[in-house]
Amino acid sequence: MIDKRIESVAAAVADIKDGATIMIGGFGEAGSPIELIHALIDQGAKNLTVINNNTGSGHVGLAALIENEQVSKMICSFPRTANSTVFPDLYRRGKIELELVPQGTLAERIRAGGAGIPAFYTPTSVNTPLAEGKESRIFGDRTYVMEYGLTADFALIKAEQADRYGNLIYNKTARNFGPIMCMAANSTIVQAGKIVEVGAIDPETVITPGIFVNRITTVSDPALESKLVKEGRSYP
Amino acid sequence: MNTKTEALKGWTREQMAQRAALDIPDGAYVNLGIGIPEMAAQFVPAGREVIYHTENGLLGMGPPPAVGEEITELINAGKKSITAIPGAAYFHHADSFAMIRGQHIDICILGAMQVSCEGDLANWSTGAADAIPAVGGAMDLVAGVKTIFVITQHTTKHGDPKIVKSCSYPLTGKGVVSRIFTNLAVIDVTPEGLVLKELAPGISFDYVQERTEAPLILKGNK
Repeated sequence: MIDKRIESVAAAVADIKDGATIMIGGFGEAGSPIELIHALIDQGAKNLTVINNNTGSGHVGLAALIENEQVSKMICSFPRTANSTVFPDLYRRGKIELELVPQGTLAERIRAGGAGIPAFYTPTSVNTPLAEGKESRIFGDRTYVMEYGLTADFALIKAEQADRYGNLIYNKTARNFGPIMCMAANSTIVQAGKIVEVGAIDPETVITPGIFVNRITTVSDPALESKLVKEGRSYP
Repeated sequence: MNTKTEALKGWTREQMAQRAALDIPDGAYVNLGIGIPEMAAQFVPAGREVIYHTENGLLGMGPPPAVGEEITELINAGKKSITAIPGAAYFHHADSFAMIRGQHIDICILGAMQVSCEGDLANWSTGAADAIPAVGGAMDLVAGVKTIFVITQHTTKHGDPKIVKSCSYPLTGKGVVSRIFTNLAVIDVTPEGLVLKELAPGISFDYVQERTEAPLILKGNK
């Protein structure tokens, strides 16, 4: 029997080791798996490489994981946020490394990694500082730079609904990096608002097929980053 | 509106957005940058149907919701609450940037720190040593969208030209901008150079040229 359900967020992240590479879903607060991130803070793994579009807000979620000095490297496209100084402070003090990747290149690197493509050529960033030192090649009359696929040991993902096979559907713009990160990680850990019976999700509407998912746990009333930030909350 | 804007000559921020909106044709798929560009959506002339793309994963972005009617996890690329129009579609990030890089989006309107006379754009970093570099989707947009418009004040707040011979800031893309809307003028980037297409009311060609580092070509008067 296939049953990917795990009883708690703590149990779901228990085996994440120091030095792991972790993809964390979400664009801003939409799709941010805050409860899984907080469980990872409780768990305490350090020296992590984290792949996310941003670096979190306030002192909760991803910003809290960074503030707790568990992250040694961020791979992202936009590490600045109006309401967070956590990443900039550590970066200026040389305590955290940054690999800056254009947003679409970041998405395609993750997609490629999940699809078994080690590298690809893209027109994005040609003639800019972000292409320096990268292999380039001309196809037709245009120059392209080579970018590598990205994979990870774990992905932490927030979904709206799941079934025990791991089939997922998302909520609106919370989908963002979820489907591609599920594909690119060795172990994909999902917090779902609701786990439904197998067959309850119409196969025509499944967004992430269960083959890309390893563990599912229920977080029925997930926190919203903007609300926590507005309330001045911090974690732990 | 702030006092700095009031003191500027020519078009207001809203009028710049309104002028740019005139050049968005019926049926276009459009991506609007944060700031003045996103205001263009309010001014599309009646009778034109335009679909807005937000790169975090929605085609068919509608206006912002009323206060108190925000929808959980429905945001735009600027991380602000938005709505989705009937007929909208959600998709993941790789698909969203396939729309961009794959040349499916017709027009993108962006802000600028500098634009060169050859259409080079700098809008992501001053290159300052202590700056936290952040690029987002700007490089993907200029590499992939068919037509790139820029809306910007004509000069910096210190009065320095933003339309220059060669960008001193790190580039977002080379030779990518086709039209520039400023508070003073509408300027086309052409193989011959920058062609002044239109002046804001009460603004002279000489006034614009004095505030532009690169030479401007007056139509019919090369």
